[in-house]
Amino acid sequence: MNVVRFSLNGDPVEVGVRAGETLLQALRERFGLTGTKQGCDLGDCGACTVLLDGEPVLSCLVLAADAEGHSVVTIEGLSHGEELHPVQKAFLDEGAVQCGYCTPGMVLTATALLDANPDPTDVEIRRAISGNLCRCTGYTKIVCAVRRAAEASGAQGRDGES
Amino acid sequence: MSREFQWIGKPTVRYDGVARVTGQAQYTDDLRLPGMLVGKILRSPHAHARIRSIDTSKAEALPGVKAVATGQDAPVAYGILPVSEDEYALAVGKVRFVGDEVAAVAAVDEATALRALSLIVVDYEVLPAIFDPYEAMVREDVKIHEETRVANIERKASLSFGDVEAGFGEADYIREDSFFKGAATHAPIEPHSSLAHFQDGKLTLWTATQVPHYLHRYLSKVLELPQDRVRVIKPALGGGFGGKGEPLPLEFAASILARKSGRPVKITYTREEVFLTHRGRHPMHMKFKTGVKKDGRITALHFESLLDGGSYGSYGVVTLYYSGQLLTGPYVIPAYSFDAVRVHTNKPPCGAQRGHGGVQPRYGFEVHLDRIATDLGIDPLEIRLKNAMESGTRTVNELRITSCGFRECLERSARKVSWEERRGKLPKGRGLGIAGGFYICGAGLPIYFNPLHHSNARIEADRSGRVTVFCGASDIGQGSDTMLALVAAETIGVSPESVKVVSADTDTTPVDLGSYSSRVTFMAGNACHAAALEVRNRLLAAVAEEHGVSVEDLEIRGQAVEVPTSPPKILSFAEAVMLAEVRGGPVCGSGGYTPPILAGKYRGAGVGPSPAYSFGAHVAEVEVDTETGEVRVLRLVAAHDLGRALNPPAAEGQVEGAAVMGLGETLYERNEFVKTGQHESPSLLEYKVPTALDVPDIEPILVESLDPEGPFGAKECGEGSLHPSIPAIVNAIYDAVGIWLHEAPISPEAVLKALAAKKAGSREQGAGSRT
Repeated sequence: MNVVRFSLNGDPVEVGVRAGETLLQALRERFGLTGTKQGCDLGDCGACTVLLDGEPVLSCLVLAADAEGHSVVTIEGLSHGEELHPVQKAFLDEGAVQCGYCTPGMVLTATALLDANPDPTDVEIRRAISGNLCRCTGYTKIVCAVRRAAEASGAQGRDGES
Repeated sequence: MSREFQWIGKPTVRYDGVARVTGQAQYTDDLRLPGMLVGKILRSPHAHARIRSIDTSKAEALPGVKAVATGQDAPVAYGILPVSEDEYALAVGKVRFVGDEVAAVAAVDEATALRALSLIVVDYEVLPAIFDPYEAMVREDVKIHEETRVANIERKASLSFGDVEAGFGEADYIREDSFFKGAATHAPIEPHSSLAHFQDGKLTLWTATQVPHYLHRYLSKVLELPQDRVRVIKPALGGGFGGKGEPLPLEFAASILARKSGRPVKITYTREEVFLTHRGRHPMHMKFKTGVKKDGRITALHFESLLDGGSYGSYGVVTLYYSGQLLTGPYVIPAYSFDAVRVHTNKPPCGAQRGHGGVQPRYGFEVHLDRIATDLGIDPLEIRLKNAMESGTRTVNELRITSCGFRECLERSARKVSWEERRGKLPKGRGLGIAGGFYICGAGLPIYFNPLHHSNARIEADRSGRVTVFCGASDIGQGSDTMLALVAAETIGVSPESVKVVSADTDTTPVDLGSYSSRVTFMAGNACHAAALEVRNRLLAAVAEEHGVSVEDLEIRGQAVEVPTSPPKILSFAEAVMLAEVRGGPVCGSGGYTPPILAGKYRGAGVGPSPAYSFGAHVAEVEVDTETGEVRVLRLVAAHDLGRALNPPAAEGQVEGAAVMGLGETLYERNEFVKTGQHESPSLLEYKVPTALDVPDIEPILVESLDPEGPFGAKECGEGSLHPSIPAIVNAIYDAVGIWLHEAPISPEAVLKALAAKKAGSREQGAGSRT
């Protein structure tokens, strides 16, 4: 067992992990944060995406020990209480959620995209989410949702400035 | 009720949407119970072998191992179809594909469980294996199932309707073509998962299933437990598409291990195991012969199909009949016959996948029809409009067509791409293709014969003002819980947000047969509507009596009941519930749905009839790179007649997802096996589910034909909307570069080969003759 300390959804945490334990396993089994999904455990599907220092990573390919000293955000850390993150809200309003298994990873990837590029083109959106497989929606409504979240955040930003 | 809709036809946010975007939704693999063990399954390394013996003693002795199971723990055959109960929880006597389930262990953690598997010694007598369906038809020396009478033929079906000979006799032109549609698999993002718990002699199984009711029956049978001691609960489910549509080995294995160990056991499949479990699209070899008049009107059709069923029955006998029975629309076919054969091979079993049974023949027929049109110099849109079926008709094989918006699907999808101005006139390398399709809204008959309702709902309104729907329907991501909330809300008059849905729990919800055959909106929707009407009637009767007004003058809107006394009164919905509760106890309603008797009198008539049919037409625009052979779909317009769009964004989502799934199996997805029977690509890296970069924005068109028997006029929209996409793309490739592709999936190599053959002027498959 190694003791790892990192920031999880804004809180400092300390946890013992096995050698070889992935961040995905630690999040699901040690912290009970089951919003991070295991779709393949091979880095192919994107369902286990979390934000590591704001960047989307596949938590099935990251060792838990490598989170030492870093900041991890999971889907559970995105909303503030009852208030949804604009990307979460847009996914709901656009009907971009069907089975929902890809949704946490997809939402986090989109969030990281909009943080880095607040006004992406459709191609940029598609490129950003191309590592997150969705088998239900055909992606059309997901792309619309990301665009809608970008517009909502943009409007909010402008309102904030005025 | 002749009033404007309050909610139907407007966007309704997904019932459990907030839970799904915040990570709170609990899927089976997210559940944990105290003392829970990890279950793992040992699989066959051989494609075909007899099991001489299994020695589990070393595994049992390993510290941390709590139970080991083999086929002998539950040697009771099962299978989703009563006609082909040929599977066991774990292998009994034989294994029939690489990956067949042999034994299972439950241990304190995954590492121990995996070590235990490696300690199980199985003595196999390896047998010759068959992978080719043509070989399976004639190899008498190799029997995958001893019961098959001729070689490895599981079942044959031959039916004939109308005067086929005369139909071909009156044709001016007859064309014959052969096609092959390869396998595809569902690849849901959620791997299968089951959690079993035995307590006080009672089994509770939380599992990712589309069919809690059928699973309930088979768990009872295989575990030899009375049905009232078995409870199946479906938690949130991460996609099915047919792959979770029948009882599966992990569900039995987890249950057996839980019973043996006395502790909860969870088995979650690895991605590789999901591929091995399969039950996906049958590889199908097909032949079409069609006669037409000079103007393109169809006079007769003959079809032959050979289905490579893999190692077990699964849904295969139904697939076999569907392959033939669903070719009599969406065009008028005055005379029709088919011969279909399903064989066993030593590969994972094929079963039902989105669009079940009709997808492969639809691909072949729609391309075949384009070839006929091309031979006769008729526009592909025109030949389809000329033969399009209409509402209020019957097909030659006695399918009853009530509502039909096929013509509108064709016209609107064509208009959307400016078909007349652009088809055949785009620059070389670009092309447009059109195709049609139709599909059932649930099967007319249940899987096991019984006279009971196919779907049932119970609704209770309580004094908090809440309405709760109890229904066995299984939400697999398509949104059936939202549909139930919406139908109950609209019928009663309350808002969907005030409706709670309890679904897919065999202890607390009345039976619905499951999420398969695109039956849920139509059947559970109708059952829910009936139950809600009862609740509404009781509430209104109580209010009318209390206030001395007539029921007809009352209206429920939002959370209030409007009473036309003078002065008018507004009662809260909760107050109305209390009035009814005072008069007759809890305010409950129940409703059920059984399809009308639809099957014809002939043998085999049970597969195909449905209370309604959806219709669709897709137009694809493609770009073909003649240097690399790569095909890109630039546009995919998907028109679908779904009767009525209860919740338009959800309906569009179904159509968009289905169109992309069709696109994937046309261009990218290969579910193949190497020579010794191992899966060629059991990962999501190698099995190429389309990514966001591979597909365009799908352009859905919802056509509303208002079905007379559907709930608020609604029909299915999740499966039929896959059918036309494959041939639309293939037909567009012809328009782009002048090649016909008779095999799918289509690789760049196949495109290049066809282009080279065209250049060399060689003859292609298939031919036509003027008579």
